[in-house]
Amino acid sequence: MKKKRLFEDAVHGIFLLLGLVTVGCVLIMTVYLILSGIPAIKEIGLFHFLFGKEWASTASEPQYGILPFILTSIYGTAGAILVGVPIGFFTAVFLSKIAGKTIRTAIETAVNLLAGIPSVVYGLVGMFVLVPGIRKLFNIPDGASLLAAIIVLAIMILPSIIKVSVTALDAVPREYEDASLALGATPIETYFKVSVPAAKSGIAAAVVLGVGRAIGEAMAVMMVAGNVANMPSLFQSVRFLTTAVASEMAYSSPGSLQQNALFSIALVLFLFIMLLNATLNFFLKRKKEN
Amino acid sequence: MNKKRKLSALFIRSAMYLCCFITVALLLFMLGYVMVKGVPNLSLKFLTTKPSHMTGQIGILPDILNTVYIVLATLCIVLPLGVGAAVYLTEYATSQKVVSVIEYAAETLSGIPSIIYGLVGMLLFSNHFGTSILAGALTLVIMNLPTVLRTTQESLKTVPQSYRESAFGLGAGKWRVIRTVVLPECIDGVVTGCILSVGRILGESAALLFTAGFAHAVNGMISGLTSPGATLTVALYVYAKEEGEFGVAFAIAAILMSLTLLINLLAMSAGRYFAKRRNV
Repeated sequence: MKKKRLFEDAVHGIFLLLGLVTVGCVLIMTVYLILSGIPAIKEIGLFHFLFGKEWASTASEPQYGILPFILTSIYGTAGAILVGVPIGFFTAVFLSKIAGKTIRTAIETAVNLLAGIPSVVYGLVGMFVLVPGIRKLFNIPDGASLLAAIIVLAIMILPSIIKVSVTALDAVPREYEDASLALGATPIETYFKVSVPAAKSGIAAAVVLGVGRAIGEAMAVMMVAGNVANMPSLFQSVRFLTTAVASEMAYSSPGSLQQNALFSIALVLFLFIMLLNATLNFFLKRKKEN
Repeated sequence: MNKKRKLSALFIRSAMYLCCFITVALLLFMLGYVMVKGVPNLSLKFLTTKPSHMTGQIGILPDILNTVYIVLATLCIVLPLGVGAAVYLTEYATSQKVVSVIEYAAETLSGIPSIIYGLVGMLLFSNHFGTSILAGALTLVIMNLPTVLRTTQESLKTVPQSYRESAFGLGAGKWRVIRTVVLPECIDGVVTGCILSVGRILGESAALLFTAGFAHAVNGMISGLTSPGATLTVALYVYAKEEGEFGVAFAIAAILMSLTLLINLLAMSAGRYFAKRRNV
């Protein structure tokens, strides 16, 4: 009996360890990012690093200011949200409230497929369709620009926005809508004035999730944004926080200030994401309480 | 009903149709464009040879093999970890605090962008094992852990409590109940987790660039693990962005698109199969 108890305790211990692996991963990642991100910030100075307007890591007098990257990431994400959220939102309401079963299944399959397409494929198609298109349409020398990145990002965040919003809208109790309809509101008025407000926490969560996706995307953006460290402007070649890391990492030598500065950029990006996660959790919690 | 209400209803309705149309049209355009540009470049030789500087021919056999290795290696490690963690959460954990800490950690992991995984993977794994498929796979393990954990946990939650109680009542120990009653019932969650992870691994590029590298050599499974190698997605990026071989890039994109279709189909039919089995 004692032996059996010992065995069961051992198994319990093993599963506990497996459960804690996830927590361990998060802790290790956080510690590594902070440890490798701090040295360069110390050397450059926090203010100069965050608010310096010039990035020239390979110049004879190197400059390490990441304000252009931060602003580009913020503008790019905001633009993607501005374009992607309305499309995703209307599609979600249609899917959840109006579409019949067949149409809903068909469109949901399409959305799932969109979500599954690898980001490099988005980047490749963007390189061939968007970049030349923007060049011709606006008559500028190079179409690789913030605008191209915004459009690619808007398409890439669409599936997550649609899926999360549909789930939230589906969960609105039928009685709310029936009551509104009985009071004489049209179906459309009911969906937008009753169902949507009732699902607003879930829809907010969808938007925050989209922000996270957009701010973290690297490869697709790298292929269409041109990758020059300019201050953000819609028709100019720009560099995001993610692409700054991705484009220089392969060429930087280990231990150099350049590579350390790249780790510091990753730390800044990580802090942005953590902030977003906290916001997301706030909305999800509120949804649960409702 | 007054005119204004009718008009705004019409307006909103058309906005919804338009948005749905945009979503579906985007997918059809992506599919069509990639297939039209990529499929003509596919050939048996392209799929079964490696790039040769002698003839200037490009073949993607090494990239296909690397992708297979990395998928297998990642799944082998992530499945026990993810399933084990899910079993702990649903079967063992008694403290709500521990559960919420683990769940919060999993949520955090799933929100971290892949480029950050790439950097940490480089520091953690590539510095120890060298830039290699193994380092890439270990990075992807951390990335996919939350997916496997979540799908398994959801399916464990649906195993009726009475199953466990009956087994306990017959005198089985906890481990025996888990092994013979609980785990076989959660196979659907494990399979779904597997399919989702494979899809994610196939599409991943930013996390692999600095961990698995971009070599195109043909290796066996064992030597492949310890040597650097590009997966299909990484190869696509390198051919398109660094080497300007757009025909090759589109051919790989066509393969990736077909794989995406296949995985979605698999996920759907698996979902249907398990739903049916559960209702019987």
